[in-house]
Amino acid sequence: MRGAAMSDAHKPARAGEEGTDAAVAVTAPRVSTTERVLRVAVPLVMIVLAVLAWDLVVTVNQIPRYILPSPADVAGSLYNDWGTLFPALLVTLRITFTALILALIGGVAVAILLVQSKWIELALFPYAVILQVTPIIAIAPLLLIYTDTQTTLLTCAFLVAFFPILSNMVTGLKSVDHNLLNLFDLYGASRLQTLLHLKIPAAMPYFMSGLRIGGGLALIASVVAEFAAGAAGQGAGLAFRLLESQYRLNMPRLFAALVLLTATGVAIFGLTSLIAWLALHRWHESAVRREN
Amino acid sequence: MRNVSKIFSNGTLALNDMSLSVERGEFLSLLGPSGCGKSTALRIIAGLGAPSSGTIDWPASRLNAKGLPQGDIGFVFQDPTLMPWSTVFGNVYLPLKLQGMGRTSATPRVMEMLDAVGLADFASAYPRELSGGMKMRVSIARALVTKPKLLLMDEPFAALDEITRQKLNDDVLRIWRHSGVTVIFVTHSVFESAYLSSRIVVMKARPGQVHTDIRLASPEEREANYRTSEAYRAMTDTVSRALQDAIHAGGSNVRRS
Repeated sequence: MRGAAMSDAHKPARAGEEGTDAAVAVTAPRVSTTERVLRVAVPLVMIVLAVLAWDLVVTVNQIPRYILPSPADVAGSLYNDWGTLFPALLVTLRITFTALILALIGGVAVAILLVQSKWIELALFPYAVILQVTPIIAIAPLLLIYTDTQTTLLTCAFLVAFFPILSNMVTGLKSVDHNLLNLFDLYGASRLQTLLHLKIPAAMPYFMSGLRIGGGLALIASVVAEFAAGAAGQGAGLAFRLLESQYRLNMPRLFAALVLLTATGVAIFGLTSLIAWLALHRWHESAVRREN
Repeated sequence: MRNVSKIFSNGTLALNDMSLSVERGEFLSLLGPSGCGKSTALRIIAGLGAPSSGTIDWPASRLNAKGLPQGDIGFVFQDPTLMPWSTVFGNVYLPLKLQGMGRTSATPRVMEMLDAVGLADFASAYPRELSGGMKMRVSIARALVTKPKLLLMDEPFAALDEITRQKLNDDVLRIWRHSGVTVIFVTHSVFESAYLSSRIVVMKARPGQVHTDIRLASPEEREANYRTSEAYRAMTDTVSRALQDAIHAGGSNVRRS
């Protein structure tokens, strides 16, 4: 075997013919259809069961609808009050997504700035800590003095979503394989090349967890900030509709608003998870099926 | 490389007055006990970290801003050091991309190198889908894609199993013969160095210095079953003894200080 390899070596060898490592790519068997169906069915059945149990509790105990409405009441309210709830949903969605996008741009930009030099990092460090440890919602009443409600809500949601994205991105940009950095040095890569071709791709998994956390927090912050700011009237979001329903003891509508908020949260989670999967599934351990 | 010394920031004297002149087309192994500064010497040659004193002279060629011959050095690390987010093709293309070569014009060269290491079928695979030996081959292809004059290898096969290692040794020898590249190969294996090299420099530790300089019959003249031959056995004997000497020399030095 060794002799053969050696004599091969004198020809302009095509190494594929002589490898301990020679391998052929084989397409892996797909996940079975039953498992695919079950994957969707199991969580769905669990939700249906929970709704049925809720309905049963309400009917059996004859709980009045101003204390706990039945699922049917909530569905009815969702249909009948769509005219009020839908514009409110749009307002909440607009604030959440504008805040999230601004936080993504800002978080990534500031993170890139921070890792450029330790002096920049040192100079901006106190601000980062102060803004991070302050409960941002507490500054909502203050912001209201300077700007209108919408800007206040947007600022709060932005600040809350900003920090997980920033700190994840900074960690990601810093945790680049040192030997890869050496390699880029060796080939005389410019700072921009190192950033684009090495640091940013290496930071992608960290960015994705920042995105997932930030997406959830942006929604929470836009709701809580609305509570704190006491927004009302035409341009109000779902949080105001929640409070309003509670004052009026309109429990079905309160539940309907809650369902919309939950659905929004689930949608954001699904969307950010999908983006993370699309970006990472080819190479990162977090998105790859474990095979042994 | 003349009178190079390197003192680390923690005060360790890693290299002391080390002088070494490497000739074109050589396969030079740096052999020595761990901690003798062989990797440090290699990194200084590559320009990763400047020497504390001394100079490195290059034969006249295009030097870049850092005084290194641009694009003339390939480096293979102990780990494959591949970018996990990039395909095998992307990893090998990297040095050319950093030099500003377009993907289309680089493709023939990248594929030629992948072919030379036997991985042409795996161009679109990701590093995590490859075995340790295959990753190392990608790393070697990447180091050679710029057609460097000098290939530096820092214990590249230390983490591989014996069979894969012998296989890759043969591959490296074959590539060296065909391309005429100068290789500096850091290893702590007597057998590996005796098998591959045209010249072995044994280093001693604390402080790192050249201890013995052994020239071998050129590997080009070695017959097919060199690994089991008497000449090879004799050579490993000589090298082992030189290494033992170097270890003792380094040891006595420590006791004196």
